[in-house]
Amino acid sequence: MIPSLEEIKNRIETALPGTRLEILRNESPSGQHSLLVRKEDAAETARFLRNDPSLSLDYCSNVTGVDWPETELTQKVKIKTTVDGVEKEVEETRKTKKGGYLEVVYHLYSMEKKHGPVILRMRTENRADKTHLPSLTPLWRSCEFQEREIYDLYGVVFDGHPDLRRILMWDGFQDHPMRRDYVAPDDYEYEPTTHSEVLERAKRHG
Amino acid sequence: MTNVSTLPHSMAPSLAGFSDEGLRSELQKQGVFTTTLQEVYNWGRKNSVWPLQFGLACCAIEMIATSMARYDLARFGAEVFRPSPRQADLMIVAGTVTKKMAPQVVRLYNQMPEPKYVIAMGACAISGGPFKQGYNVLKGIDRYIPVDVHIPGCPPRPEALLHAFMTLQRQIGDQSLSNGSRPRHLDPDAPGEFVVPRYGAHDLEPPNNPQVWEPPAKPDKPPGPAL
Repeated sequence: MIPSLEEIKNRIETALPGTRLEILRNESPSGQHSLLVRKEDAAETARFLRNDPSLSLDYCSNVTGVDWPETELTQKVKIKTTVDGVEKEVEETRKTKKGGYLEVVYHLYSMEKKHGPVILRMRTENRADKTHLPSLTPLWRSCEFQEREIYDLYGVVFDGHPDLRRILMWDGFQDHPMRRDYVAPDDYEYEPTTHSEVLERAKRHG
Repeated sequence: MTNVSTLPHSMAPSLAGFSDEGLRSELQKQGVFTTTLQEVYNWGRKNSVWPLQFGLACCAIEMIATSMARYDLARFGAEVFRPSPRQADLMIVAGTVTKKMAPQVVRLYNQMPEPKYVIAMGACAISGGPFKQGYNVLKGIDRYIPVDVHIPGCPPRPEALLHAFMTLQRQIGDQSLSNGSRPRHLDPDAPGEFVVPRYGAHDLEPPNNPQVWEPPAKPDKPPGPAL
């Protein structure tokens, strides 16, 4: 039986002092909670997960990327102000910007213990220039192609990857197609039954 | 091959020769067989079309099935799949052509000697299919090379490929050697080489070859409401 995520977190934090982990809860029926790790702790944390005899997470089945664009939060706040000597309650909308980032998710299993998954997440600082994360390919060979795919489609740069090249698109391609703000080349051609997204594309094309 | 009834009437007289069907069948009854150079030439071409051996996606599985014993493409003289473009006459574009793969497909086509033909097999090869709205799949190989027969289907059954093959044979058989509709390899002005797209920063360059493809025309009126 695999220990609970809280127990894994405590074990890592006692074994590796200075490591700060956070549990991201998933409240959907699957209940697959995940472990958010800072990028400077990632290599040691991953090594612990792989080598700890009771966890022995020797297999990385899946690596995937998530793009979280910048979001603008609008909050309505009631403030008491004095207008012309009369105290009034005025509603004010406040807008706060939340910085975007790219996230990488690793699903770890144990072949030896036949348990899993433990889900590990890492986040970049932003989506523009600070997109470096440590590669976990030196620990799990199966990450190699999947990290290349994330580099190709999301633009996360994995430091320490043995062969970081694009894998699906060609060398010299400049965009990252799985990002939310990617704009595909306009090669729309007339279709008789356009609807939804295609209709919008048709209107843009003119 | 004696009594081909599909000869077009617009044929040049020198090559058409005995295009008079009645006379021909009358002569045949007397034991005299007549033919034309054009008929012999086209008959030879259409019954020995060797495809290029390559597949791009799941349509290739159906193409392989077509070539095996159950459907038996050998009945049409096309059982010899050649692994080199220099020895092939027919390119069966069987499957999804990604933009990354498109230059190689066009280059293979350029390397095939004339006369050469193209069958675009399946929804992806003719239009991009389910990937038409995506960013990385070519929206039909006819954007870069001239396609003789298009087969819809996802994937088309072997019968559909056989039908496409018979359609191609009919097209070859109907070609006239001298007038305006003569095959490309007999026309000195026809293009012999087609532009191989380059990998650009955002898309293939050029995104299509206007020599062989133009975007589908938008109808003047929008389609009316359904009955």
